[in-house]
Amino acid sequence: MLRDVAVVGVGQTSFGEHWERSFRDLFVTAGVRALEDAGVAGDEIDALYGGNMSAGQFIQQEHVAALIADYAGLSTEGVPATRVEAADASGGLAFRQAVLDVASGASDVVVASGVEKMTDLGSTETTEALAGSADREWEVFSGGNVAALYAMMANAHMERYGTTRRQLSEVVVKNHENATENKYAQYRNEVSAELVESTPYVSEPLRAFDCSPASDGAAAVIVVPAEDAQDYTDQPVYVEATEQGSDSLAVHDRNNMTSIDSTAKAAERAYEAANVSPGDVDVAEVHDSYTVAEILAVEDLGFAEKGDGGAFIEDGHASVGGETPVNPSGGLKACGHPLGATGVRQIADATRQLRGEAGTQVEDASVAVTHNVGGTGATAVVNVLSDRNGRSR
Amino acid sequence: MAGIVSYGGYVPRYRIRTREIADMWDEDADAMEGGLRVKSKSVPDEDEDTATISVEAARTALENAPVEGDALGAIYVGSESHPYAVKPTATIVGASVGATPLMTAADLEFACKAGTAGVQAALGLVEAGRIDYGMAIGADVSQGAPGDALEYSAAAGGAAFVIGDEGVVAEIEDTTSYTSDTPDFWRREGERYPQHGERFTGKPAYFKHTEGASRALMDRLGTSPEDYDYAVFHQPNGKFPVRVAKSLGFDEEQYETGLLSPEIGNTYSGASPLGLVAVLDEADAGDRVFFASFGSGAGSDAFSFSVKEGIEERRTGLKETFEVVEYIDYAQYAKHKGKIKEE
Repeated sequence: MLRDVAVVGVGQTSFGEHWERSFRDLFVTAGVRALEDAGVAGDEIDALYGGNMSAGQFIQQEHVAALIADYAGLSTEGVPATRVEAADASGGLAFRQAVLDVASGASDVVVASGVEKMTDLGSTETTEALAGSADREWEVFSGGNVAALYAMMANAHMERYGTTRRQLSEVVVKNHENATENKYAQYRNEVSAELVESTPYVSEPLRAFDCSPASDGAAAVIVVPAEDAQDYTDQPVYVEATEQGSDSLAVHDRNNMTSIDSTAKAAERAYEAANVSPGDVDVAEVHDSYTVAEILAVEDLGFAEKGDGGAFIEDGHASVGGETPVNPSGGLKACGHPLGATGVRQIADATRQLRGEAGTQVEDASVAVTHNVGGTGATAVVNVLSDRNGRSR
Repeated sequence: MAGIVSYGGYVPRYRIRTREIADMWDEDADAMEGGLRVKSKSVPDEDEDTATISVEAARTALENAPVEGDALGAIYVGSESHPYAVKPTATIVGASVGATPLMTAADLEFACKAGTAGVQAALGLVEAGRIDYGMAIGADVSQGAPGDALEYSAAAGGAAFVIGDEGVVAEIEDTTSYTSDTPDFWRREGERYPQHGERFTGKPAYFKHTEGASRALMDRLGTSPEDYDYAVFHQPNGKFPVRVAKSLGFDEEQYETGLLSPEIGNTYSGASPLGLVAVLDEADAGDRVFFASFGSGAGSDAFSFSVKEGIEERRTGLKETFEVVEYIDYAQYAKHKGKIKEE
């Protein structure tokens, strides 16, 4: 990157079923919280990026970056506002665009935000909207919605590596336990593996509790040049790398179904750019849209050997206090998954971990990874953040 | 003080098990039964509708009443399944119970709470001194589209209440309502089955309004849950009324008597009124009963009742009628509900 970038403010709404709050109410709340956290005034903002998957289908509103800028009071100043869309990786990508904008020198103070209002639709329409992240012609028209496609990946992983049904359940058990201390999470209740396994199948082997919920919510973060970061906060969080990978849109066109190559590619580039190895990572916020996705993530991000992801989680290595704590926030499963907001929420949670102010805090966290996936994996964004304590680049 | 003079309930004797419906649609029967906490629901016979159910309930209510049908100054029938779009059910009831033409009558609709809206309307006329007695009925043969979540609970039944201020066996200490425009469930003109907002029917609809009316009433009366011997809530399934009872501070001992939905399903406008009938069949003089209906759209009417001497002579034995039931399969159910018709 041409110049280093830091996160100096984060904010979010709670995630959940916000029946009485509108799309615009959600992003304004998150944005104001991020600005207050950074101590930034509205007239200092140079640019805004908004991650959103499908407001067109969920609330029949397009042109949402303009809407965000308008209701954030930025349109009168003519501040450029850009919507970024990559299914449920939209938030992670919006953050990446904001970082690149600052890194390039084009802008100094940039807002990266993400928002989704999902609960205005019923479950049939929601499933249909979500299916837009898959290949409509080759997958969806043949009945392959996102849950079914992840179920195929889960079956393949179980077949090839002996991953068990119980290991899928352990992802839920861990993430719900982590979320009990997260005041922004949709589900703050603990669940047992037996309970997970008693819920109805959505697409075998995935059951209802293997799936992240439909949620309303918004998140925003403020990024500035690293050299200016101390002007805003005593605890800047530095963006050591922001990388993105792509793969074929349809699962059947991929090299194999038991890894998400876009994640592996983005991770490899990110670790190289940040000059870290997976073993240096103290905490990770990964994309567990379905339980199997977290197992794939811990492998593709290099925390566990390929095929060992299920055991890695079951044996507690991904738990807080374990080798590489994964999703101490509760992840998408327990935090809720307002599609376009999730990638930005992950940055907010990683920032809280590095500041030492998270609900479920990982001790002495210094290097964090966030991992955001679009749909079944055609897009992946991997970010490496650090507090630069005890290390220099 | 005005209140209930007599009452009666009616539930058709046919039942279909949740399991039978789940098997029909390849759903997980245990999950459906566990999720709804409904084991079976009542089904009307082929020739039963809201009018016949209302008449049954009205006749039962007048059987033990100190007055005859000709004493009624008003009849209100609340339902969302009136047999006619234009032509009142209330006049059919009036003709069947020997009411005189010198009365007022009307049909009401407010999803599942139209019956209790009728109780309030009759109470107002009685308290104003315009009539001596009025009758309010809540009854439905509710509809659920084949395979829809509603099909597991949409049942048939109704209850009637004679309201007056002479011979009262359950005084209405107070009543209050909580109403807003909340589109959680609806059926447009000409549509066969209602639509609903899935999870939106819960927290922002049922719970918000039921709790809103209940808290407002207890605040106004200065009462709390421990002041009541019984509590009855609208029961769209077996889960919601238990959850709302607990969130308000009532315990199982208070709500179990009036909780009929696990056995008969959701009788819509008849649901909470039938729960009240079951309670009045057991309550003794001096007991207090807390009651809150709920109607989608949305609103809740809360009542505080004080049971008086003479209640023993009004008892109807509603729950005894539940002992004589006939379980039917899905094909018979489809015939009873007119989903399939003989050509």
